[in-house]
Amino acid sequence: MKRTAFALPLALGSAAGLFAQTPAAPSPTAALEASVKAAQSAGDNAWMLTSTALVLMMTGPGLALFYGGLVRKKNVLATMMQSFILMALATVLWAFVGYSLSFGEGSPFIGDLRYFMLAGVGAEPMPDYAATIPHQTWMMFQLMFAIITPALITGAFAERMKFNAMILFMTLWSLLVYFPMAHMVWGKGGLLNAFLGGSIPCYDFAGGTVVHITSGVSALVCAIYMGKRVGYGSEPMKPHSLVLSFIGACMLWIGWFGFNAGSALSSGSLASAAFVTTHFGAAAAALGWSLMEWFHSKATVLGAISGAVAGLVVITPASGFVTPGSALLMGFIGGIFCYFMVVKVKAMFGYDDSLDAFGVHGAGGTLGALLTGVFATKAVNGAIAEGKGGLVDGNAGQILNQAIGVAIAWGIAIVGTLIILKICDIVCGGVRVSTQDEIEGLDLSQHGEEGYSLEG
Amino acid sequence: MKKLEAVIQPFKLEEVKETLKGIGVDGMTITEVRGHGRQKGHTEVYRGQEYKVDLLAKIKVEVVIPAERLDEVLDAIIKAARTGKIGDGKIFVYDVAEAIRIRNGDRGASAL
Repeated sequence: MKRTAFALPLALGSAAGLFAQTPAAPSPTAALEASVKAAQSAGDNAWMLTSTALVLMMTGPGLALFYGGLVRKKNVLATMMQSFILMALATVLWAFVGYSLSFGEGSPFIGDLRYFMLAGVGAEPMPDYAATIPHQTWMMFQLMFAIITPALITGAFAERMKFNAMILFMTLWSLLVYFPMAHMVWGKGGLLNAFLGGSIPCYDFAGGTVVHITSGVSALVCAIYMGKRVGYGSEPMKPHSLVLSFIGACMLWIGWFGFNAGSALSSGSLASAAFVTTHFGAAAAALGWSLMEWFHSKATVLGAISGAVAGLVVITPASGFVTPGSALLMGFIGGIFCYFMVVKVKAMFGYDDSLDAFGVHGAGGTLGALLTGVFATKAVNGAIAEGKGGLVDGNAGQILNQAIGVAIAWGIAIVGTLIILKICDIVCGGVRVSTQDEIEGLDLSQHGEEGYSLEG
Repeated sequence: MKKLEAVIQPFKLEEVKETLKGIGVDGMTITEVRGHGRQKGHTEVYRGQEYKVDLLAKIKVEVVIPAERLDEVLDAIIKAARTGKIGDGKIFVYDVAEAIRIRNGDRGASAL
């Protein structure tokens, strides 16, 4: 939901009212009010800048290491580059139109161009979104989400996409899928915005629909559209370094505190609540996935870290809405569910979602969004209107709202991605590298470099 | 001169090295290698995807010795490297035509 700092300004308002009753001159009161406000802003801004940096760390090096370790040696640099280049590309897009299309007050479906080139985005807070931090901090925090979301998709087409086609794909995908979806859920007046006048209020604290469903479902579309890697199923495609993946996954876990607890947009108790659920969700899911593996043969390192990431995905939309107990339960279910999707369902249908972007983010995001409708409670988040929590608050209808949000996210992701892939296919003369380039590896064929050099 | 190429279990390297040193074989070259003989490999599972790995990690020790010491050195290596289980490795013996110390041009056994 992302806009929660309302309780505090209200409290400040009533404190000011109290002072106004005393007959003292207005200037000391105003001065006091200003200094309280400044202190509040300083505290919130410190946490939000920290969170912003943590979320960037999730992409580079977190995701880059996680994905980079899972591919074969010959593709390690290209895979890391797919994450890294988004730190640059999405940033530039964001500065020109991305922020405005996401958070300008436009239609219920997409923002307008009032913040073109970040016009008017300065030190003054934007009270609709985050009343106590500079508008610039909020803009930067949101940018980091616009970076990692497309980066997650790269796991599906790893080891076979042309670099130029990827750049075009990601540019169009940001414009046609991410910015509209971010606007609908978090933008003022967005269709699904639960707190700023959306007609179908859908709870998404930190990006279950916006980030994980859009990226995960688009990933599935990419995997099916582009086909399997050369030699898939007949040649070994073992992760070349689970050590890298391990480090990356641990950085994702830590970075996720910024992602979720930062989405409280303040440094108060709601941030703590989201911090707790984030951690509990990851922990329970790591155990859930590991238990499933153990049940079949051995508990693996890759399984444990995949489970933790799955748990983080599942808890993301719910993080600022549910109790720690619910988080444990959601994480545990999520770990088992994503294990099932990655290990069983993928094999059943035979698509080559190379690094399981769909199995973890698409599936986990969908589960998390729906379960948020079950476990969201006013007891955790005071911004939820009376009687408007999830099933646990007696509002079963919220599950339907969540399902509509999920369906819209799936729909936009599928249609948008198909159109974009078609365009990329035509413009770039195919989105896949040639078979020869694929066998040689993307590091050499796309970038002219090697990750591990014998002569180095 | 003879060259011995012993492919051994990695964890036996220290023992083999010390034994050779103990009987006065000073020079050796060691390589990390992968391979298999009759020993079966193992299975690895990554997110449910099974891979059969039949090339296992081994250490290759190469030493060149005067021909008359062959049996003594072979016995020493076998004693140090053996566990009695499958996978202990193999030793191959070759004739060596010449040995040259690059630093001073010594040839033959005195170059070893």
